[in-house]
Amino acid sequence: MKILVCISHVPDTTSKINFTEGDTKFDTNGVQFVINPNDEFGLTRAMWFKEKQGASVDVVNVGGVETEPTLRKALAIGADNAIRVNTEATDGFYVAKQIAKVVEEGGYDLVIAGRESIDYNGGMVPGMIAALTGANFINTCIGLEIEGDTATAIREIDGGKETSKAKLPLVIGGQKGLVEESDLRIPNMRGIMMARKKPLTVKEPADVQNETKAVKFEKPAPKGEVTLIAPDNIGELVDLLHNEAKVI
Amino acid sequence: MSVLVYTENEGGNFKKAAFEVASYARAIAKMLGTTVTAVSIGADQNEELGVYGVDKVLHVQNDKLGTFNAKAYTDVLKQAAEKEGAKVIVISSSADSKFIAPLLAVHLDAGYASNVVALPESASPFTVKRTAFTNKAFNITEINTDKKVIGLSNNAFGLHEDKVDVKVESFDPALSDNDFTVEVTSVDKATDKVSIADAEIVVSGGRGLKGPENWGMIEDLAQVLGAATACSKPVSDMGWRPHSEHVGQTGKPVASNLYIAVGVSGAIQHLAGINASKVKVVINNDPEAPFFKAADYGIVGDAFEVVPQLIEKLKEFKANNA
Repeated sequence: MKILVCISHVPDTTSKINFTEGDTKFDTNGVQFVINPNDEFGLTRAMWFKEKQGASVDVVNVGGVETEPTLRKALAIGADNAIRVNTEATDGFYVAKQIAKVVEEGGYDLVIAGRESIDYNGGMVPGMIAALTGANFINTCIGLEIEGDTATAIREIDGGKETSKAKLPLVIGGQKGLVEESDLRIPNMRGIMMARKKPLTVKEPADVQNETKAVKFEKPAPKGEVTLIAPDNIGELVDLLHNEAKVI
Repeated sequence: MSVLVYTENEGGNFKKAAFEVASYARAIAKMLGTTVTAVSIGADQNEELGVYGVDKVLHVQNDKLGTFNAKAYTDVLKQAAEKEGAKVIVISSSADSKFIAPLLAVHLDAGYASNVVALPESASPFTVKRTAFTNKAFNITEINTDKKVIGLSNNAFGLHEDKVDVKVESFDPALSDNDFTVEVTSVDKATDKVSIADAEIVVSGGRGLKGPENWGMIEDLAQVLGAATACSKPVSDMGWRPHSEHVGQTGKPVASNLYIAVGVSGAIQHLAGINASKVKVVINNDPEAPFFKAADYGIVGDAFEVVPQLIEKLKEFKANNA
């Protein structure tokens, strides 16, 4: 089984978010970049398929040379090969098109992507890859088993979960639950040394038109002061929620 | 040319989000000088959509569509969009709608913007405001394709009544075997609880509650408010509560009208995930907890004393306002 894991290079979850160039660009100054958490759960599940079922695992990122340390980290965790499509990831559709080409060229049976990146939160790349390559698709996936050419997947739905079966090729929009937080792997020294020697192939992008464009960013308006209520006067909170905030 | 909107139901009854996306579609239709057509798969009271400005309902009744199936539902919406010549398709932010949207966008050659929080800022170029960086920022996105798919954030627009005469038409799109290559084998859904996605009020507990045995009062508080229960990341990581309750940057996003956090300190990742909620209340014994900076109302006090009193006061309030 050939698995491709899509790796988005995103600001660490503790990052302060600021913008530059007249609020048109994300300010990367002082920001630590990591593997998108939703992708990391998928990568860790892919490692399980590699170790238990002999799958091969490649990782792909669409981005500039600055994303290579993130791909190397994925190699250090245990992926076999990395591919970087050398272009700026400007739009979910554009990224999906680039990855779809990699999928078709590589003949992958299973593509695992995070359900969304924690920076743009588009939530569109996995589904679009599936639609573009004609593969089956299961989103918000919290459990995945593969037996022969058939996948059994658990999907998180509003207020519960759903189990489904589908033939490969399959694309997964993954998240926490594919593996547990405690299953995530911190690369060890041997993994890091080996990752340096593993192939990282740079591919030139396909010629694709964007469908959307992020023209500007805004930060939420600064928050007013909190209204404190004394713990012996709880009735006041109920009154404020009813009469002032009008939410009950 | 009309605006197409996908109105979801649960067991035949429209979800509140269905009325919200209908209200939103109505407002866009007014901007563009056109009408609203809704797609309803197996709902019972299709006329209800007229209250929110839906001019026409394409009602699909097909036993094969009794259980949600993303590929098949996408095909239904695609055919409906083509039939209506729709340029703008509006969907909600439910798990099912977010599943469909990217598939539909590719099949219609439409640009897709998710997590949209307001009406388009302009129709030409078509620009919408959406959340990004997990609610730490907004991003103005221009969609430059002829057709557009818009995913509306829950509770971002609200319900707006605008009653029109609604025409319900039966719609029977041709479906093929290829629409059913993902086979749903079982659905496991708690029917007696409000889900975080659908909830107008969410009550959340953190490490300050000291252990899973103390969640009874969180559930009681949620029950009196008709709220969903949620928890912080450490609580789900320690196994005190199921992962499905974890809200925050790597868990579920919350966009409720009221969010009550009990014993949650307010780590940046947690605040990001719940920031889209309109009114936030924090109950914590540590006045330095970062959550107080993000909250609208706060009580510095022992949760084990405050919460039971709050439940009593809410019960009194409900009795007086029933």
